Amino acid sequence: MMRLVAWGALLSGCLFFLLPLVGMTEFSLKMRRGEYSFDAYAVVFADPSFWATFGYSLALSAATIVVGVVLVVPTAYWVRLKLPQARPFVEFVTLLPLVIPAIVIVFGYIRMYNTSSFLPLTGSALGTDILLTMGYATLALPYMYRSVDTGLRTIDVGVLTEAAQSLGAGWYTILTKIILPNVMVAVLSGAFLTLAIVLGEFTMAALLNRPAFGPYMQLLGANRAYEPPALAVIAFAITWGCMGLMQLATRFAKHERAKA
Amino acid sequence: MPTDPIRRAPRRLPLEWLGILPFAIFAFLFLILPTMRIVIGAFQTPEGGFTFQNLLDLNTDSIRAAYWTSIKLSFYTAILGCAAGFAMAAAVVFGGLPKGVRSPLLTFSGVASNFAGVPLAFAFIATLGPVGLITVWLRTEFGINLRAMGFNLLSFWGLVITYLFFQIPLMILIITPALDGLKREWREAAAVLGATGVQYWRMVALPILFPSILGTFALLFANAFGAVATAFALTGPQLNIVPIKLFAQIRGDVLGNPNLGYALAFGMIVITAAANLLYIWLRVRSERWLK
Repeated sequence: MMRLVAWGALLSGCLFFLLPLVGMTEFSLKMRRGEYSFDAYAVVFADPSFWATFGYSLALSAATIVVGVVLVVPTAYWVRLKLPQARPFVEFVTLLPLVIPAIVIVFGYIRMYNTSSFLPLTGSALGTDILLTMGYATLALPYMYRSVDTGLRTIDVGVLTEAAQSLGAGWYTILTKIILPNVMVAVLSGAFLTLAIVLGEFTMAALLNRPAFGPYMQLLGANRAYEPPALAVIAFAITWGCMGLMQLATRFAKHERAKA
Repeated sequence: MPTDPIRRAPRRLPLEWLGILPFAIFAFLFLILPTMRIVIGAFQTPEGGFTFQNLLDLNTDSIRAAYWTSIKLSFYTAILGCAAGFAMAAAVVFGGLPKGVRSPLLTFSGVASNFAGVPLAFAFIATLGPVGLITVWLRTEFGINLRAMGFNLLSFWGLVITYLFFQIPLMILIITPALDGLKREWREAAAVLGATGVQYWRMVALPILFPSILGTFALLFANAFGAVATAFALTGPQLNIVPIKLFAQIRGDVLGNPNLGYALAFGMIVITAAANLLYIWLRVRSERWLK
């Protein structure tokens, strides 16, 4: 009886998740009248804007990941090593992007960094790209910080630092040659999540008027019939890929820890 | 070894705080300062004087309706997401299902909770839209016309169904570890004392789980309240919910008063902050039991 109810709950849930996925896949194959074909995908892949916006978002994710790692790894390391009293403050700040909606943050950017401000970032394309990267780094901050901090918990930061120092290493060497390799798996897992977030992000890119993948998808959705579900299938595959790589990284970490 | 800790302490302290200076500067410039700008702007006249007028001006029919629709949308998706997510997680943890079910479900939940925004809207249009898979199937096979029955994907309930696609997985991801934390001994202890299954759930398990469930509810609420992309891609700028209204205001000052836009954003911060504080507070409470 209990098992029957459990199967019922699970299967009806799975049905709810499967139907939209089947729906979008089926719809994306229907472009040619009367038969299934990959025409919609061919059209999408032949569109130069697809590659331009996708490349742009990919480059922006790379920049976001670099900013995130450079910002988060030294900070989390330093808090663990020397400043445990700063932990509540840092953790509170890293949780803020979950509290303040992205649309409010970008609204603040637009008013804060317009052409008549002390830091006129929105005045140029490069400036806006930098601002958008910082915005994405902010959105990814809660995930990146948690991931790296959990990674640091598994190693003895104090002993590693003292050992490195007694061998004559400076702070830069300690961070890049000792700490970073040790939390690489955590960094990777944060990086793949960042990639998944940035590639599909719509609100910030649209409001800052940058040619990113999210606004491109939205624009196509407003004007076409068969290409949007094809894009949805592609986006789902990308998300799946990012999460798969993330899980792989975590599994790798468990394996490593078991050996140690 | 420090020989004189009293003399050393004041010299050491500021230098160590320098280590988190880059982080502090980043957070100040790209998180705190922009948010402060919005909060302060909500209490300013266009000339820069202090006023409560912007917040009072929120009290128009259109803006009140937007907040109310947003709150209802967040509430329904959070409560349905919690219920369905709990049912699925409980089925996997206690239902005696094969062990192989659990890991794929959690992996899928990780993917689905991140599959939000524009593509999600496309998926639902292709499924429940006017010529979507289910709509057409019901019409041709059973003669059921969803549209004639009053269902429209580009409406409040359509949005609820779409949001559930990322709300349910989020609930599964957060509640499964909590369900795992329920110790077998508690159930056995209750049974030894003569409790029935229902009594165990009502008097032992649910009180322990309650902070987790309510906390996740608050998180799902805030999650839905701040979401823009899915609703925008699904319904365009027409639907009257707060994030869409704010989006239109930022793009083209549709309210005709920039400071009213600040007030609108300030209202969003207040609501999501309240929901998140509830989540954090309850999470701390629930961690006492579920270690």
